[in-house]
Amino acid sequence: MYSFNYHCVSSTEEASALFDSCESAVYLSGGMTLIPTLKQRLDYPTDVIDLRGIDDLEGIVAEIGSIRVGSRTCHADVACNQHIHALADLAGGIGDLQVRNCGTIGGSIANNDPAADYPAALLGLGATVHTNNRDIGADDFFVDLFETALEMGEIVTAVSFPQPQRAAYVKFPNPASRYAVVGVFVADTSAGIRVAVTGAGSCVFRATAIEDVLQRDFRPAAVEGVSVDHSNFNSDIHASQEFRGHLVTEMTKRAVAKIA
Amino acid sequence: MTSKTGIGASVVRKEDARFITGTGGYTDDLSLPGQVYCVFVRSPHARAVIKSVDTTDAESAEGVIAVFTGEDLRSDGIGDLPCGWMVKSKDGSDMLAPSHPAIATTNVNYVGDIYAMVIAKTIEEAKNAAELVEADFDILTPVVDVATATTADQIHENVPHNQCYDWELGDSAATEAAFANATHVTSLDIVNNRLIPNAIEPRAALGNHDPASGLYTLYTTSQNPHLERLILAAFVNVAPEAKLHVISPDVGGGFGSKIFVYAEETAVIWATAKVGRPIKWRAERIESFQADAHGRDHVTHAELALSREGDFLGLRVKTIANMGAYLSTFASSVPTYLYGTLLSGQYRTPAIHVEVKSVFTNTAPVDAYRGAGRPEATYVVERLVETAARELGVDPADLRRKNFIQPSDFPYATPVALTYDTGDYEASLERALSLAKYSEFAKRRNESEANGRKRGIGFSCYIEACGLAPSQVALSLGAGVGLFESAEVRVDVTGSVTVMTGTHSHGQGHETTFAQVVSDKLGIPFENVTVVHGDTSKSDYGLGTYGSRSLAVGGSAIATATDKVIAKAKKIAAHMLNSTEEQVSFDDGIFKIPDSNESLSFGEVAFSAYVPGNFPIEELEPGLSEKAFYDPANFTYPAGTHICEVEVDPGTGTTKIESFVAVDDFGTVINPMIVEGQVHGGITQGIGQALLEHGVYDDDGQLLTGSYMDYAMPRADDVPDFIVDTTVTPCTHNPLGAKGCGEAGAIGATAAVMNAITNALDVNELAMPATAETVWRALTGE
Repeated sequence: MYSFNYHCVSSTEEASALFDSCESAVYLSGGMTLIPTLKQRLDYPTDVIDLRGIDDLEGIVAEIGSIRVGSRTCHADVACNQHIHALADLAGGIGDLQVRNCGTIGGSIANNDPAADYPAALLGLGATVHTNNRDIGADDFFVDLFETALEMGEIVTAVSFPQPQRAAYVKFPNPASRYAVVGVFVADTSAGIRVAVTGAGSCVFRATAIEDVLQRDFRPAAVEGVSVDHSNFNSDIHASQEFRGHLVTEMTKRAVAKIA
Repeated sequence: MTSKTGIGASVVRKEDARFITGTGGYTDDLSLPGQVYCVFVRSPHARAVIKSVDTTDAESAEGVIAVFTGEDLRSDGIGDLPCGWMVKSKDGSDMLAPSHPAIATTNVNYVGDIYAMVIAKTIEEAKNAAELVEADFDILTPVVDVATATTADQIHENVPHNQCYDWELGDSAATEAAFANATHVTSLDIVNNRLIPNAIEPRAALGNHDPASGLYTLYTTSQNPHLERLILAAFVNVAPEAKLHVISPDVGGGFGSKIFVYAEETAVIWATAKVGRPIKWRAERIESFQADAHGRDHVTHAELALSREGDFLGLRVKTIANMGAYLSTFASSVPTYLYGTLLSGQYRTPAIHVEVKSVFTNTAPVDAYRGAGRPEATYVVERLVETAARELGVDPADLRRKNFIQPSDFPYATPVALTYDTGDYEASLERALSLAKYSEFAKRRNESEANGRKRGIGFSCYIEACGLAPSQVALSLGAGVGLFESAEVRVDVTGSVTVMTGTHSHGQGHETTFAQVVSDKLGIPFENVTVVHGDTSKSDYGLGTYGSRSLAVGGSAIATATDKVIAKAKKIAAHMLNSTEEQVSFDDGIFKIPDSNESLSFGEVAFSAYVPGNFPIEELEPGLSEKAFYDPANFTYPAGTHICEVEVDPGTGTTKIESFVAVDDFGTVINPMIVEGQVHGGITQGIGQALLEHGVYDDDGQLLTGSYMDYAMPRADDVPDFIVDTTVTPCTHNPLGAKGCGEAGAIGATAAVMNAITNALDVNELAMPATAETVWRALTGE
């Protein structure tokens, strides 16, 4: 990696001020994407600001009707917290043991990898992202490929997940990376059925056609035959657009079956 | 006394304690005073003319000691990297070998081809400077597709149609006649997918030159350090052989990819004298993906002719084999003498004809990878046999049984140049059928069907030719070196033993297995035997480890040298016991004479050998140390049956391996635990090829599978608990009766898995790897 200045900070205020004073800074949370990127010299920040010294970003707090997950909470800790089973289940399937012990929810959603698991949970559950400046609804947070609503230097501090009536996440993992080729989060929420799809497109999205069907008839068989427009889906050596389209339906069926 | 550690005992591996506690000594663990670091500058283009390389900025960068280009090596008399096996085309002409400089001078021919090397005080400084090397390329359209390579642009000026050779083996006329008489012909188009080796330890080199003695020392990750030394001395002209010391310390896996002499260590050992400093290089993982020699990559059309009764009449195979951009060290032999010769499999197929065109493409060089040619041959034969059974509506086990070479047929001369010495193929098949509970398969299939799953079972009755190789046979077929093995058994004064071998262990557990052989034969404690390998200054010579040769050839050399030690010790014992050599018996570490209670231990005789007061020195030299060079009389022929059972999820096309049975005949087994481990690893690689692994280049020659994010390696949860067993017909022509076990899993497994999936789907053709989408498309008929 190229040389950079390393800073360890103890508050978001300190981090934010430092960020503004640097030529090109990046935040380090779990480092599961940033560190390999730096090692391959694909990024060359002047400064790396390590958020791991900010204690109040870590931990899970149960609130009335929701849980609040600190942005620096690692996947393994979310996997062990059974307040929302589907969320724990999702976190327990991210990467491998080392990744789950290092990687954080804040880092994952700020990166917004199109094949990451967490964005499906946020969008599926209608979560709220808390930052050092404001609250952002999940529907507005994920913008496009590796792009979020975060402003320059803005720091995710926590994510609040409303407790669904029932929910499940099923993914078809890439056999090499174990990222989601397609992952579908289905949730029966106070606002109705929500179906969030990751891996298939350039950014996580809600499959509204499927939501409408499930709203009327919440059975796996109901999803059968619902065609998903795959014309804008990703296509690579692991799966064609067409196969991804098929997997959206198939993973949805399995998620509904898992719930029912 | 050695029953717990002798031949046949599952002794825990000596070497594992250091491997699993981080105390092994790998090349990158070593450092020398004043050491500097090297980074290679690699082509981002698959095919381009190098118009110029400007190193000015790089040379003036911080910490930089030197920047070299291909011209620097060439002007210093450094030769091309050679290919060690001359294959001749059908018309008798020599194969065409393009120039393969360690650092490219005029053209780059694959992504990862080296065009400059940067040496700096730190690795980061070397990397920074490497980015300042400015090359002006004239980018050309690359040749990527192997099937159409002969009609594409010509890559090398001396290789028309990009064709290295057009080779054949077998009787063409007899095979044509067999097909004319056939009542059924099964034909398949088969692509044997390209694999990337992925040893855990990346390749590395640490070179040093001592100006006082003129001695070059190269520590490197080689499966055969003596061959490395020979090639660097005799062909590349780095230094005279006696001034070149190659050490291959602990090496973390090879699978064939570390047999070859590569550009990197060549440039490192040359440059170390130029800069007067030790130089270290260690591949980053992306370099391993880009520039380790890849494996397989065949496109084949194959046909099997059968009689009405299901007898195999003839086999006709046409293969195009990818050599990549240049000929790697043994590349030419893999799709010919290690492939065509194995097409008889376990069967009495009377007429076989195989044609192989080897072609160049703008991809990484392709060479031996675990099994080397034999997995490709097994895949062709076993896919055909399984498909024929399906087409004829007969039980695939019955069809195989009917055509097996029978125990009474040995020695059996195949139509493709080999003579099998021994085997009992039906014994392995029957044992495997029993372990796989074959008779209850229909019931299991119905249960799967009831759960919405598709279940399939597949066989692979493989054979391999191992124990490379009888030197005169190999030399007559174009090999550039003899393929014997050397050993020295050096008895210490106190009776402990040091064994020097020319083979090399990079995961195989030789330190344990060879110690078992020697301690068993000498009747001394296993702990008293130390095995030394991987150092050209310690072992006389050696051809290294590949082709499942180490026990069958290297172990035979050790056994032979041990026998010489025993013979000399008997002479000494005879004097000590006032008897004659003929009267002295040696058993379980004790020398005895008839009708006497007097006896001597091995240790007592060893001590006397070095404290020579008890025997006439004018007749018998002091000391007890013997050497042997063992040249095998024939290849060895391990064989067996693998049976794989799969369940396919039609909703996603995902294949789960439900059970995998392997029954192998490796001849005499020294350490069953180590053998079982070798089989597990081999099967896992075979399953990897069938389901997951695929080295893919795009149309521009860019490697799409250049990291573990995209190249799918098999993991523990991709494979089942294996059921393994052995049957034994000892090799008839080596002193241990051993055949070799290192490659069997990778040779047999792939066909068994694919036969199981095609059985589940009831289709004949299915592309490998059988990814979820491939299977899903086969199911949905798209």
